[in-house]
Amino acid sequence: MTTVNTKLDRRSFLKVSALAGGGMMLSFSWLAGCKPTAEEALGLPKEWFELNSYIKIGENGAVTLFNPNPEFGQNVKTSLPMILADELDVDWKNVFVEQADFYPERFERQFTGGSNSVRSAWKPLRTAGGTARAMLIAAAAQTWKVSASEITTAAGILEHKASGKKAHYGEMASLAATMEVPEEVQLKELKDFKIIGSSKKNVEASKIVTGKPLFSIDHKVNGMKYAAIVHPPAFGMKLKSFDKTSVSGMSGIQDVFSISLFKDDYGRNFFDTTTFPEIVAIVGNSTWEVMQAKKSLAVEWENAPESSFEVGGFGGRPNSKVIVPAGLENTSSHKDRMKEYITKPGNVVRKDGDPEGAFKKAAKVIEKTYSAPFLAHNTMEPMNCFADVKGDKAVIYGPTQAPESIMGTLVQALGIPKENIQINLARMGGGFGRRAYSHHMTEAALISQKIQAPVKMVYTREDDMTAGVYRPAYSATYRAALDENNNLLALHVKAGGIPESPLHANRFPAGALDNYLAESWDIPSNITIGAFRAPRSNFIAAAEQSFLDELAEVMGKDPIEFRLELLKRAETNPVGERNDYDAKRYAGVLELVRDKSNWNTPAAGVHRGVSAYFCHNSYVAEVVDTVIKDNKPVVEKVYAAVDCGIVINPDAAINMGEGAIVDGIGNAFFGELAFENGVPNKTNFDKYRMIRQKETPKSIEVHFVDSTEEPTGLGEPFFPPVFAALANSLYKATGKRYYEQPFAPQLEMQNLKM
Amino acid sequence: MAIFNLNINGTSKQVDVDPSTPMLWVLRDHLDLVGTKFGCGIAQCGACTIHLDGNAVRSCQLPVSAGEGASITTIEGLSEKGDHPVQQAWLEHDVPQCGYCQAGQIMSAAALLAANPNPSDTDIDNAMNGNICRCGTYTRIKAAIKTAAQKL
Repeated sequence: MTTVNTKLDRRSFLKVSALAGGGMMLSFSWLAGCKPTAEEALGLPKEWFELNSYIKIGENGAVTLFNPNPEFGQNVKTSLPMILADELDVDWKNVFVEQADFYPERFERQFTGGSNSVRSAWKPLRTAGGTARAMLIAAAAQTWKVSASEITTAAGILEHKASGKKAHYGEMASLAATMEVPEEVQLKELKDFKIIGSSKKNVEASKIVTGKPLFSIDHKVNGMKYAAIVHPPAFGMKLKSFDKTSVSGMSGIQDVFSISLFKDDYGRNFFDTTTFPEIVAIVGNSTWEVMQAKKSLAVEWENAPESSFEVGGFGGRPNSKVIVPAGLENTSSHKDRMKEYITKPGNVVRKDGDPEGAFKKAAKVIEKTYSAPFLAHNTMEPMNCFADVKGDKAVIYGPTQAPESIMGTLVQALGIPKENIQINLARMGGGFGRRAYSHHMTEAALISQKIQAPVKMVYTREDDMTAGVYRPAYSATYRAALDENNNLLALHVKAGGIPESPLHANRFPAGALDNYLAESWDIPSNITIGAFRAPRSNFIAAAEQSFLDELAEVMGKDPIEFRLELLKRAETNPVGERNDYDAKRYAGVLELVRDKSNWNTPAAGVHRGVSAYFCHNSYVAEVVDTVIKDNKPVVEKVYAAVDCGIVINPDAAINMGEGAIVDGIGNAFFGELAFENGVPNKTNFDKYRMIRQKETPKSIEVHFVDSTEEPTGLGEPFFPPVFAALANSLYKATGKRYYEQPFAPQLEMQNLKM
Repeated sequence: MAIFNLNINGTSKQVDVDPSTPMLWVLRDHLDLVGTKFGCGIAQCGACTIHLDGNAVRSCQLPVSAGEGASITTIEGLSEKGDHPVQQAWLEHDVPQCGYCQAGQIMSAAALLAANPNPSDTDIDNAMNGNICRCGTYTRIKAAIKTAAQKL
């Protein structure tokens, strides 16, 4: 057993009187459409007893576990309660799972991003489960007048073997809820886990497949109005004026007004990124009517001047000043400007040895430049939010990855203290980083405040795609110096983007090379950007792992062997002291994927590429198998090997791996958003090509490294390596290297069908 | 505004809406059948798929008037107890991630299997290509359709 001090996360054990007996947390989500089925209702206890923020036990033995984090498809609503349930030692069948509302006084970290939910929750949730179990044991010990150390638990049953006494948790719950929280509790040994490591189905699946209202876009209350927004047509423009009368006679239209998200003196937080801080709102009786009025509204726009503001840091980083330049930007000029940086000096972010000297004496220098465009997140559920603001009270129910950040924004925008603002966390129809930027919640709240009535605001797909917080456009140039025997002397990477560099200074291959130089650059832009599944890694992995593949070929080495040689060096004799990866675990996934894919003996006609990357503390290697069928590149199979420590819910983890791989293949082939005079060149799925059933690999195998390490990230790490594994595989299939994303236009130029 | 008489999930419904309103918004805003989802509004993503006389159609492009006299089925009416073989197969394969597109995927799959009880991979590709899943659950969708086909 591992003993942990419960003081580490005392917050979750605070008693909050408003919640005693169940109350408000439960009530909202019931009203939001998650009414229990008849079968579930029969099992509902008469009374709940709260043991801590995460756990309530009914007198009949029913257990409710709260998922603290926002759910956007990563399945935390199942996997986080699994951690609680295992340490609490209950039968998973008897568990109800509830989504917690935003409640920072009770929960440690209600944030979805950085593949951090399980990583951050692992210790607090184990401690919460173990503490509740200890309190139940203490209650039984007191009742039975026996020593707590003689009481065992299994599947929600307390037992004192010597006396033959037994009770289910419900029988001790009322007393346990009054017990002192122990200073220290013992947690299970890994070998004793019964739920962690065994696949459990998504707790929402039956509601999903029957179309129950699970999303904020499905929410409705009596007297609710509907709202649409109208935003500037181009980045670099702002609202000049609008003519309300142009739509005032239209069916079902109630009001038209503009809203501003930020007061002049407000200091923005890190997630206050928003494309258009002033927009026009149209309020009416139905979604269709406000969407119709949106098309007819007469609005004038004007060019926005340069602006700047200070923005708060995130994750301990300092505040920074953001400059939003004026002007209407074009992708063609972006490309020209990015090319200029290939020869310009960048900011040196890491230098080992004497790279300049090594390049001077090199017999051969290989130099390749890689690029990728802006990407739209395109969550299937468009941005939307329900808000009910009346007087000095607000209830906001919407899809957000970052409720804590948006709370501050709401307080300033509404002028309502945070105690009077309730944020309820909706299941999100996808996120991928986009919903960390929750301006849609402020917009709905301001609209509701203006009309003093409940409102549901819904973006059209066109709004969602053209008012994005996009993945930046990137470029990276890699250079390698080789001697006359093709030994690698030095590596140089210079990478940048609009408006940020994708470079991680201390990540592989830094640490594996005596002579290494990394330089960054960036170009300011008024096109808003933000986190997109594995930010920065999602590009730099593609560039780096494509280059290593090409380098291995020049050096006459097998691409996996070459990477393993570099990693061996980094493991046994690392260069520098700030390397952020574990070279042995990195090599482990390459070895595992080599075995599982039978790397050395591919089937006839199969063209394979490999790639590996480390991010979010996890290691992933992937092999992509492509065939050319009827003159069309077809991804037949993908093998993935991952080291993410202990896996909580294996089948769900595999599902996420499959999804990330499909996502990566789709974006590598098709993903692209370009701009002309500030206007995005795609507005909907007729032009923005998304991967579909036909382009999906026929099969995907996901293999986990057997590990006793604490869990690390999973939602993002599968994504970055796919791009290069695909590019390297396509090279084998067509004889051409793919340096520019997306790949489909280049494949089409080779007369291949896409 | 105009009155329309509709037969939805075996029940007669009357709505008074702007005649230009697509079936999607009639279902969602006026009949509180929100299982049918809004994704794109131009019949490119499949999130709004329903059955019109048994055929899969995109309700965002179906005028409310075209629904009169037809039998309309939404995800809420696909089965009485949520136990249509396609729904069961979806649970067996634990298909959903975010879940937003899945009602549309299931409605497309159910229509495919009703017309073609033993679809090939190519048949599945063709029938399901109009439904986008941004989470990328396509391999599980295909596997679930094959499982459902065995049970039908």
